[in-house]
Amino acid sequence: MGFKPIVTKHKKRSPFRGSWRGYMTFLGIDYQTWWFLLIGAVFTGYIILDGFDLGAGALHLFFVKEQSRRIVLNAIGPVWDGNEVWIVIGGGALFAGFPVVYATMLSAFYVPFMLFLLGIIFRAISIEFRSKEPMFWWRRMWDICYTCSSALIAFLLGLILGNVIEGINVGPDHVFHGSFLDFFNMYAILMGITTLALLMMHGAIYLVMKTEDRLYAKLTILVRDTTIFFVIMILLTSFYTLLYEPHMAKVIRSFPELFVIPVMMVLAIANITRQITKRKYIYAFVSSAVTISLLMILVAIELYPNMLLSSQSPANHLTIYNSSSSEKTLGIMLTFAAIGVPLVVGYTTFVFMTFKGKVKLDEMSY
Amino acid sequence: MNVEILARVQFAFTIAFHYIYPPLSIGLGLIMVIMEAMYLRTGKKLYEQMTKFFVRIFALIFGIGVATGIVMEFEFGTNWAVYSKYVGDVFGSALAAEGIFAFALESGFLGVLLFGWNKVRPWVHFLATLMVTVGSMFSAVWIVVANSWQQTPAGFHIVGTGLNARAQITDFWAMVFNPSSVQRLTHVWLGAFLSGAFLVLSISAYYLVKRRHLEFSKAAFKISLVVATVCSLLQLVAGHESAKVVAEYQPAKLAALEGHYPKDSVADMYLFGYVDQNKQQVKGVAIPGGLSFLTKGDFKKPVTGLNNFKPEDRPKAVNFVFQTYHLMVACGMLMIGLSLLGCYLWWRGKLFEQRWLMRIFAFSVLLPQIANQVGWYSAEVGRQPWVVYGLLRTSKALSQAVTAGEIVFSLILFSWVYLVLFVLFIYILNKKIKHGPYDEENLDHSPRHIEMVDALS
Ligand code: HDD
Ligand code: HEM
Ligand code: HEM
Repeated sequence: MGFKPIVTKHKKRSPFRGSWRGYMTFLGIDYQTWWFLLIGAVFTGYIILDGFDLGAGALHLFFVKEQSRRIVLNAIGPVWDGNEVWIVIGGGALFAGFPVVYATMLSAFYVPFMLFLLGIIFRAISIEFRSKEPMFWWRRMWDICYTCSSALIAFLLGLILGNVIEGINVGPDHVFHGSFLDFFNMYAILMGITTLALLMMHGAIYLVMKTEDRLYAKLTILVRDTTIFFVIMILLTSFYTLLYEPHMAKVIRSFPELFVIPVMMVLAIANITRQITKRKYIYAFVSSAVTISLLMILVAIELYPNMLLSSQSPANHLTIYNSSSSEKTLGIMLTFAAIGVPLVVGYTTFVFMTFKGKVKLDEMSY
Repeated sequence: MNVEILARVQFAFTIAFHYIYPPLSIGLGLIMVIMEAMYLRTGKKLYEQMTKFFVRIFALIFGIGVATGIVMEFEFGTNWAVYSKYVGDVFGSALAAEGIFAFALESGFLGVLLFGWNKVRPWVHFLATLMVTVGSMFSAVWIVVANSWQQTPAGFHIVGTGLNARAQITDFWAMVFNPSSVQRLTHVWLGAFLSGAFLVLSISAYYLVKRRHLEFSKAAFKISLVVATVCSLLQLVAGHESAKVVAEYQPAKLAALEGHYPKDSVADMYLFGYVDQNKQQVKGVAIPGGLSFLTKGDFKKPVTGLNNFKPEDRPKAVNFVFQTYHLMVACGMLMIGLSLLGCYLWWRGKLFEQRWLMRIFAFSVLLPQIANQVGWYSAEVGRQPWVVYGLLRTSKALSQAVTAGEIVFSLILFSWVYLVLFVLFIYILNKKIKHGPYDEENLDHSPRHIEMVDALS
């Protein structure tokens, strides 16, 4: 007994060109694909934006002096909350656009998600509470909490992505039939560590932009080290993927021109260190954001039109067509997005502009 | 215990904890907007200090509100997977709208509100305060719309059957303006404003009792007393409007609110009492025919009773619904009484001489908190056994993939975390209040200032 696809008009499709015939389209692309792209974009935005403050958090304990810790904390102070909203928007959009994916994924990933939420809570309160008391043990406690929860979130994001890539034990009823221990497999753990490395690098680059003098000098070294860490991890993960998850290279194999994406990624990573030595931090930051985007694009290309792979059988995959909302809802939300996204981008830019430049502590700082 | 009960307990616990904070944020936001507007108009330092002081308290409340709110967003999927699939089409769009129009607005400008004092011009800062407040009010809009849709569904049709059944949207605006959303939203907003107003009243009253920061607290007290008086009176009207909607669309809930069992008969309105669920009767003090009068405009008209419904179609915890509902109304009445008394004494020019009254006000912050919590309990438990009223039963809405063990795990986890969080929250709040508003001329006043002055030099 499976879910009836809501719309059964489709017949054939050609990848990336237009749509399955019979679907409502906008600019020649069907609504489902739009939402696949939009949700992908929101999650990419989340990883780029919250990524740097998660990374900064994971690096927090590397700074030893109280003064340095406060500076790196206040470097993300005014923006981290706004960054976190992207996951809220992404979650809401997933719920609205693909309720079946939302429901299946969250109930399947129950344990990792609860840990993720725990991380979110602890991170928020460590930032909030840390500077409220002068005691050494108090600050030390929240510093540890802050680093651990930031690292935990980064790791879990990768773990979940890894499992999505591998596919999870979804039955024909679109319900998960495995156990939560399945999630902690080799590949997913590798992916988790890679994500952690990626975000640490990303965070370090952000902090370089925001600091001066000795702290700055220290950070340039951290950027180098985290970049090396990331490069090692991404190489390992790539080999593993090619060897054991061949379905993740299927599209690129059949469209060799897409090989330019991994090439661009390598160039982007190489560019990071180059820009840092040239003291062009903005470009370094953009490069690492580009790296993240390219990674996400790669995953998206290989998954499309699936959203959640079933390890039982391809017939049980959750695709954007058998798990989406009605086209009416997708259409309404497309209107929301058209109005909302420019607004959000507008004031996010305003906030970032307000706080651009090196961190200065004042009476309202954390 | 079975998975259903566990999942409900877990959901109720986390949402009830979350709901401590949003009303405070929304209400305090409103008060801050008023204070900052007065600062812009008069240019008085006092109002600037006031705004800055409450912004610090706001930051604490808001932070916890966000952290606990993100949990809620994902719990629909983790605990209620079938429900999420069922309502995703209708409900998801409201949640997505909430994210994009409300949360992004408030969290975006929050940075400017908290850290922007020396970076932007005063009016830009005021704009940020306004945006944060408007954003938090909007977030209430969408979530309450979604919840109201669950209470009084409209603007949809059902496709599929059994586990495959889903609600699909047919008319977006009919969904948004479903029969109860406007009334309930007004009620929730006013409840939130009351929370904020009474928080400020409590803090100011505390200072007045301790004879500290007198000028500051008198001014803050007056501002929030005005808000409290207006909102508590309006809340009576809004509550009545909500009750009328319940009477029309959820008669079983209405009957449970007053513990009214007999089929189609005259219903009394209790001031307080106790529902004996076995004997199916209420003991207490009542206005005979009161409920008939309120809903039908006639003391003699019959009202649908719980026995009009099959046992499986009506809420089980009738006494609980009854008690929570009456507690809410009692708190509302107390707030009206308290704020009117305050206004009267203010008018006679004797307000701040009444130390006993200030003592009471110092604790009054609890009233709207209790009312908000129990209001939701009666609305949500009264809706049972339905998740989506008349359409989807709670017992059918569960995630099938989740085991009892997993829920127990998360429940224990969250109980501990939230307990710690709550203790810390009270501790820091208490500390901030004891510390009082900073005096800017005197940097030494604040331990953090000393440290920062050292740091900067
Ligand atoms: C948009 C939807 C929504 C909103 C705004 C709320 N709830 Fe709710 N609530 C649900 C959607 C829901 C639900 C998903 O539908 C639950 C879970 C199981 C159920 O029957 O309803 C529920 C259950 C539920 C229960 C348990 C009832 C029972 O199991 O008998 C309580 C005590 C609350 N809620 C309390 C609240 C509070 C304090 C809220 C204030 C923020 C609140 N609800 C907002
Ligand atoms: C089940 C229902 C609810 C869910 C799923 C939910 C979800 C959320 C989420 C995800 C956040 C964090 C957003 C951010 O990052 O800023 C949040 C915060 C917030 N929520 Fe809820 N919420 C629920 C109930 C409510 C209700 C009923 C109200 C209002 C009446 C409300 C008002 C707010 C406000 C104002 C905030 C901003 C943060 C704060 O005030 O501390 N929420 N909620
Ligand atoms: C003074 C008389 C009051 C009356 C007659 C009243 C009436 C009601 C009714 C009938 C409901 C159920 C609505 C539904 O289930 O759809 C309700 C819910 C609620 N009440 Fe009240 N109420 C009063 C005061 C208050 C006060 C003072 C507060 C808070 C400060 C409050 C907060 C709430 C909340 C948060 C809910 C749940 C949300 C909702 O359903 O709208 N109420 N009230």
